[in-house]
This record gives sequence, C-alpha cells and structure tokens, in this order.
Amino acid sequence: MSAIALERPRARAVAVRRGIGRGAVFVLVALLLWGLWEGYRWLWIREGWTKPFLVDDTSMPHLHAIVRQLFEPARVNGPLLITLLWHSALFTAKEAAVGFAIGASVGFVLGVVLAHFRILQRGLLPYIVASQTIPIIAIAPMVVVGLGSYNIAAWLRVAVIAAYLTFFPVTVNTLRGLQSADPRALELMHSYAASRWKILWKLRVPSSLPYLFSAFKVSATASVVGAIIGEAPSSIPNGLGGAIINFNQYYALEPKNLWATNLVAACLGIFFFLAVVVVERLVVRRAPEHNA
Amino acid sequence: MSVVSIRNLSKSFGGGRVTALQGINLEVERGEFVSLIGPSGCGKSTLLRIVGDIIEPTSGEVTVNGKTARRARLDRDYGIVFQSPVLYEWRTVAKNISLPLEMFGWDRGRRARRVEEMVRLVELETFEGHHPWQLSGGMQQRVSIARALSFEPALLLMDEPFGALDEMTRERLNLELLRIWAEIGSTILFVTHSISEAVFLSTRVVVLSARPGRIAGIVSVDLPQPRTAATREDPRFFELVTEVRERLHAAGADEVLEEAAFE
Repeated sequence: MSAIALERPRARAVAVRRGIGRGAVFVLVALLLWGLWEGYRWLWIREGWTKPFLVDDTSMPHLHAIVRQLFEPARVNGPLLITLLWHSALFTAKEAAVGFAIGASVGFVLGVVLAHFRILQRGLLPYIVASQTIPIIAIAPMVVVGLGSYNIAAWLRVAVIAAYLTFFPVTVNTLRGLQSADPRALELMHSYAASRWKILWKLRVPSSLPYLFSAFKVSATASVVGAIIGEAPSSIPNGLGGAIINFNQYYALEPKNLWATNLVAACLGIFFFLAVVVVERLVVRRAPEHNA
Repeated sequence: MSVVSIRNLSKSFGGGRVTALQGINLEVERGEFVSLIGPSGCGKSTLLRIVGDIIEPTSGEVTVNGKTARRARLDRDYGIVFQSPVLYEWRTVAKNISLPLEMFGWDRGRRARRVEEMVRLVELETFEGHHPWQLSGGMQQRVSIARALSFEPALLLMDEPFGALDEMTRERLNLELLRIWAEIGSTILFVTHSISEAVFLSTRVVVLSARPGRIAGIVSVDLPQPRTAATREDPRFFELVTEVRERLHAAGADEVLEEAAFE
C-alpha cells in the first residue's frame, strides 16, 4: 500500500514530463511540415520546375499567408474569413456529430446482432462490405433526394450520409471486440449460469471497448468527411462543404480562401478525433501498458 | 452424502481417438480437501472441468450435492479458480469480487457487506479500489479466490491456482488457503502438479496415471490440522511426499518426478 502511495506523485511527474514531451514533438513536427512546404515551394520556384505541377502563389500560397487570410474580411465590408468558417464548421460539426451518433449506434447494434447470429453474419456481411465499396458521391444524391421527399431537414439528410461512412468500422470492430473476450472469463460466466444477455453486458461489451474506440477514432474523422461531401449534392451553403465549393469556383482569384477552409476542415477532423480519445481515457480502464 | 460423486467416468476427445480419462470413480465428502495430481496431460484439469459442467463426460456420471453437474452449475453450487486469475481489468478489486453477486441479483447493500467480508478474508483491505494491473500476481489470485468464495458455494474447484506463482508466494498462499478452508468449512477439489503442495494442503491426494488418466492410487494425508509452516518439516510430511512420488512413479509419471526433484 505504502509503496503504491509513494508512487503516485512520481507518476504525476512522469505524466507531466510526458505531456511536455508530446507538446514538443507536436511543435517540432508542425515546424518540419511547414519547412517542407516552404522548402518545396522555394526550390521549385527557384529552379522553375513544372513537374508534377507549376509552383506559384496560386497552387501553393505561403503558409503564413493562408493563416493571415483567415483574419481578412471574406467579402468587402463582410465578416472575417475565420468568423465565416467558424460558423460553417459549427454547422458541419452538427451534421457530423449527429451522423457519427447514428452511425456508431447502428454499427454497434449491427455488430452485436451479427455476433450472436452466425447465419446472419454469413448472409449479411458481404452486403455490408459491398455497401462500403459504393463511392459516397454515388450514394449521396440518392440519400439527399430520397430523404428529401420525406420532408427531412437538409442537414439531417447530410447526417445520414455521414452515418453511412461511420457505421462500417464500428460494425467490424464490434464483431471482433465481442469475440475477444478471454475464453476463461467466458467459462467463469458459464459457471455462474449467466444468460447470453448478462454475458454480453458484463463481459463481451466491456472486453470490446478498446476495439470499439479504435473504430470510433476512424469513424469520427470519417463522419466529418461524410458531412462535407454530403453537403455538395444537397446544395447546402451553410457548411464547410458549401464553403469549399464556393471558394473552389473562385480559386484562380483567391486560392488562399480554399486553403484556409481546408485548414479549418482538418482542424474539425482533429477535434473529433481528440474528443473520442478523451472519452476513451475516461471510459476504458485498463492496464497502462495498453495505452499507447 | 458426498459433495462430489464420480462413477465410471470416461472422457475422450477427437471422436474417441484420444482417451483423456478412463473409469474414474471418486467420492469427495463434505469438508474434505482433495487434490488431483498427475503428469501433464493426464486429464486432471479435464476431470475438474467435468465436475464443474464446463465440459461433458463421454460416459459415466457425476453428481454434485446429489444433483447432476449441470443442475449444480445452474444452482451455483461451486466456485471456480483458474491458474490465471481471470480478473476483469476494467473492474476494481471490489467490483471483481462482487461480479458473481451481481450476476445472482444481490442488492447493492448486501453485495457491499459481502465484499467487505471477502476482502478481509483474503487480507486485501485498502486494495478494494485498485485495478487488477496494480496488484502482484499473488494478490490477483487472492482476489480470484475471494470472488469464487463470495457466494459461499458448497464446493470450490481450483485448477492449479498457484501454478504460475513463485515458490515463496505459493507457500504463503497455501497457508492462507488452509486458513480460509478452516474458516468457511467448504469442500475443495484442487488440481496441482506439485507433490509437496498436494500433501501439505490435502486430506486426500488422488494420484492419476499418464494418459489415459486413471486413478493410480489415493493417499490419505493424516498430518494434524491446522497445518503450519512447521508441517513441512514434519518427518511424516516427507514420508507422505515419498509415498505420493512412488505412486506417481508406478503410474509412469516421470514428468512430475522431474519437477519434484527441484522442490
């Protein structure tokens, strides 16, 4: 007991040091990427190379210019670009979050059902896999038009598209995770004469959590991509997808707007990912050696 | 009435190609501590798992408390301890111990009281809130024992529970197990491949032969109770260890004898 009590402050010091280390690595990698971008730009412009593409302020603006663009008015006398993109990001975040929630729930339930019924697994899995090989740009217009006829709000239709990209990794990892339970732990449950339902909730689901969260990390970022792509066929101007289409049309005039939008979209994806990581830390209790 | 009664039991695997157990007859009385010992692959763990209705015998009959093994399992008549502790790493010590109680639908207050008793029984006070990975192997196994005993089963099935522990820890837990056994008065069926452990703990040692596993002899251990660390130095202890060793040797269990040479 005393040994463990003594270890606590030291563990905290280690955690703080590790935190600082991670921060340093993040800054270092950011600097490296910035250096690569600017170095590439500088070299290609100086040598006048045109392969694989011509490098100039249109194709590769300065990174600092892109960041500065965020704080310029988006239109004459209009709000700052960052204000505009902030609202777009919030809108897309809503679609992605709802889509993620729908997709994760459907994916999980599907995984549980497939894990319990072998015949369904054999019968349905090929179609589930097939559903993911159909490009989202082919599905999106159908979903948008189809659900539109039921008077479902446009943003919710986009959320369904995001869900479509979200559920698959969750289903696959749920299946795998539910089967990952220690066979001895299953025997133990057997010795308690536990019902299938109890085994599911007390053993299989908790055992599957690490797998589930791996899937959530993939799905969380996929749901952002799904939401952005889904906005295009819905012609929704309020989100990041709308902003991308808009700025794409004026790329020749002002390329930095599109780059800045991409930057914001990337940040949104990272935010979703980190949100999952934080929830995982709070929910999954396991030996520290598992936490990468 | 016997707690465990095994009649003419045989078990084969692979559609009869491998015979693991053959013609086993054994009665275990209430309050006994019976060890099963034999070479690797002699089916001693298989026998234990058949008693626990984890696997089914090919032929023969097992009754536990006068019921079929299956009925006894459904009535939660036994607790089981494996070689690995099989704790749920997402649960604290207290929550691991109360797992079977949750399964059986005990209310929160009753569970908390029983967990407290169990924690005291295995001397893990102040560790209730720890997670399994924060404990040593010996402590984890004590949690596993507390979990198996938490619902006061009439029978405790133990499958080489201390096999993965170092010698010092093993000897300490041997003493602790005997104290617990005396305290709660349950019946224990214990699988081991350590001769000295079997003799030290048991009231009877059942020696199994190499595959197919048959009962090669039963040694009654008449060492006085309660047993203490001094028991291991009792000349009678050595006589009994020798007797078990000779029976094993006669049964063709050279493997165990090699291991015994290091004890």
